[in-house]
Amino acid sequence: MELHDVWFVLIAVLWTGYFFLEGFDFGVGVLTKLLARDRPEKRVLINTIGPVWDGNEVWLLTAGGATFAAFPEWYATLFSGFYLPLLIILVCLIVRGVAFEYRAKRPEENWQRNWEEAIFWTSLIPAFLWGVAFGNIVRGVKIDRDMEYVGNFWDLLNPYALLGGLVTLTLFTFHGTVFAALKTVGDIRARARALAMKLGLVTAVLALAFLIWTQIDTGDGWSLAAMLIAAVSLVAAIGAIKAGREGWSFALSGVTIAAAVAMLFLALFPNVMPSSLDPAWSLTVTNASSSPYTLKIMTWCAAIATPLVLLYQGWTYWVFRKRIGTQHIADAH
Amino acid sequence: MDLALAPETLARWQFGITTVYHFLFVPLTISLAALTAGLQTAWVRSGKEKYLRATKFWGKLFLINIAMGVVTGIVQEFQFGMNWSDYSRFVGDIFGAPLAFEALIAFFFESTFIGLWIFGWDKLPKKIHLACIWMVSIGTILSAYFILAANSWMQHPVGYRINEDRGQGARAELTDFWAVLTQNTALTQFFHTMTAAFLVGGAFMVGISAFHLMRKRHVAVMRTSLRLGLITLIIAGLGTAISGDMLGKVMFKQQPMKMAAAEALWDGEAPAPFSIFAIGDVDKGHNEVAIEIPGILSYLANGDFHSYVPGINDVNKAEQEKYGPGDYRPNIPVAYWGFRWMIGFGMASLAIGVLGLWLTRKKFLIAPGLRTGEDEVPNLVLFKNKALSPKLGKWYWIVALWTMLFPLIANSWGWIFTEMGRQPWVVYGVMRTSAAVSPGVSQGEVLTSMIVFTTLYAILAVIEVKLLVKYVKAGPPELTEDDLNPPTKIGGDTRDPDRPMAFSY
Repeated sequence: MELHDVWFVLIAVLWTGYFFLEGFDFGVGVLTKLLARDRPEKRVLINTIGPVWDGNEVWLLTAGGATFAAFPEWYATLFSGFYLPLLIILVCLIVRGVAFEYRAKRPEENWQRNWEEAIFWTSLIPAFLWGVAFGNIVRGVKIDRDMEYVGNFWDLLNPYALLGGLVTLTLFTFHGTVFAALKTVGDIRARARALAMKLGLVTAVLALAFLIWTQIDTGDGWSLAAMLIAAVSLVAAIGAIKAGREGWSFALSGVTIAAAVAMLFLALFPNVMPSSLDPAWSLTVTNASSSPYTLKIMTWCAAIATPLVLLYQGWTYWVFRKRIGTQHIADAH
Repeated sequence: MDLALAPETLARWQFGITTVYHFLFVPLTISLAALTAGLQTAWVRSGKEKYLRATKFWGKLFLINIAMGVVTGIVQEFQFGMNWSDYSRFVGDIFGAPLAFEALIAFFFESTFIGLWIFGWDKLPKKIHLACIWMVSIGTILSAYFILAANSWMQHPVGYRINEDRGQGARAELTDFWAVLTQNTALTQFFHTMTAAFLVGGAFMVGISAFHLMRKRHVAVMRTSLRLGLITLIIAGLGTAISGDMLGKVMFKQQPMKMAAAEALWDGEAPAPFSIFAIGDVDKGHNEVAIEIPGILSYLANGDFHSYVPGINDVNKAEQEKYGPGDYRPNIPVAYWGFRWMIGFGMASLAIGVLGLWLTRKKFLIAPGLRTGEDEVPNLVLFKNKALSPKLGKWYWIVALWTMLFPLIANSWGWIFTEMGRQPWVVYGVMRTSAAVSPGVSQGEVLTSMIVFTTLYAILAVIEVKLLVKYVKAGPPELTEDDLNPPTKIGGDTRDPDRPMAFSY
């Protein structure tokens, strides 16, 4: 296994971390309309991710930065090619971050309602668009011999990618609902459990369709194994929430996300961005990667920093392990 | 093609807008994190309530500000790929690494511990909670270091080679990462940017303290804050001047064109004068009007009043010989005036800080009758026995309030100067800006994103400033029982399971 293969795995790990963590953040954002019945309940939901959402989002910045450093051609083609969807995602992430921080900083009804509205949409849209983006990466897009994306915006909205978008949206929302059930007390917790079961079934149908489609298109034995793990753990996650085992259900929905990301990356390998025009023009782990020297330095950095990050981020979850309900929300802003 | 809408022009405007905007929040975040941490340390060590109230007050303003810094920073991580894909391909092997280091080491640190600090008042013992804000501060400083190392590589590329034998186009490849991280451009630029950041934070504290002291409100907290702000402002101001001089000398060697442009020095001279004011003719390559102090530029460049400093025309010629025909001059008026606004506004804020520290001194050369206690508005004492008249005193407070903006203006112009002064290069001597843009991205796309970001940023600026003003006016909060009795174990007090959180979104 060469260093650029290691980095292919590490990029997959970073995206897994991002989708696992910001996945439930997005889900919780969607729940502010789907589950919360009133403003105090919305606040409960928002505060379940309050101390952690920012750290979760850094997984995206790290995935972006690491792609730039380890696979500059991939970074360049992907972000210049998927220009408008990425613009929409960036706008959402900007508004969303400000919304969390500023929502409670003024007492006015309008002010708070607008930011709540923003939290819902800016969670839903990226949750959908990341699936569209990854659907397109795996399926292959129009890339010419110079590694430039030559398709247009509408090419990105093909059925396979759109289905991918629905899968990430529902999967993240399911993941977020289980998280909400795990982190809240009272009535909202009971409703979160009930909703999780329904969402789980919708997710299962969509995810299965998407993964089978992927497997038929570009899969191999390894991706099949990942697909089976994803499918089994999703069903088990639904079972666990039904049995009232929220912790287990959350862990299993996390495994589902990890296995689904693994499957997409396995289906890609050794490509990183296949060309639909000519397979010879595809970006691969070899022709898109940095020099061995850079990869070596990056590997040292990742090997030391990543375990530390996991340690102190994990500690944060432990510090804020207490469930919250409407009674815990302070009136002051 | 209409030149005004050339992809390079649009992409540069977008980069300029998003980056200058981002950098309004960055220096304040860096300095306020450390200053808030300092105040909280004073609270933990002394137990004096005014320090806790100050921590909460400045901490709140810090949070309103950092939120904007964080979200506008996301764009920075991705816009190299979006608008500058050929740049990313060519330099990613080198430029990507500090960015990835920044994310892995600094961003995680900053973002995780800020969550712990915001929500941790009733969850963490006092000292651990204090450690969190220090972690945030360290994160902001590390982040600055890595990104400045990356920028310094664009100013002065080192530790690389050009690899032409990849079979897919040449690119720059890293050969010595240590050199990239420790070259004198990076270290000097880090020193200069850090001191300039604390200039922003110091002036911010001084300005807001002045606002309240002028109205005789929240005196105990604001008096302490004023002093901390003034001392920060002065140390940072002197540091900025020293580091600016160092950076200037480095730049005279590494990018003589930038410095010649900064002085509108068209033809080399020995000794070379420092320009106070000039109106030039860029086409003819000379100044129409020039007011100068002889010898000073020679000193700034080489530490010697008689040495030769090459002019714009000389460097242009030398670069034409080295890199082939073309115009290697940056936008001279922008470089010239940018350099002056940077120095002018930076040093003006230092001067107002020195004046402030003198006027509010506690005992030195002050008649006993003019001395004031810890909870009184300090008299503004000019001479030993003479305080400023109430009218003049009020003017000092007003000037101090507006000085808040000066270092921000200086920071912005500093960046505009150093980035535009490097043109037409994106990586000096290695890659031209015109070769760096994304070939596959249409004008319409760049224009769309530019309009979207500019509009969004303008709206957010209004929201942010209004919010800051609201919380500035509200002043430091009164302390509650819970504030004064922080938890003794991690996870907080568990005796009352329904106790509300100390802070919630």
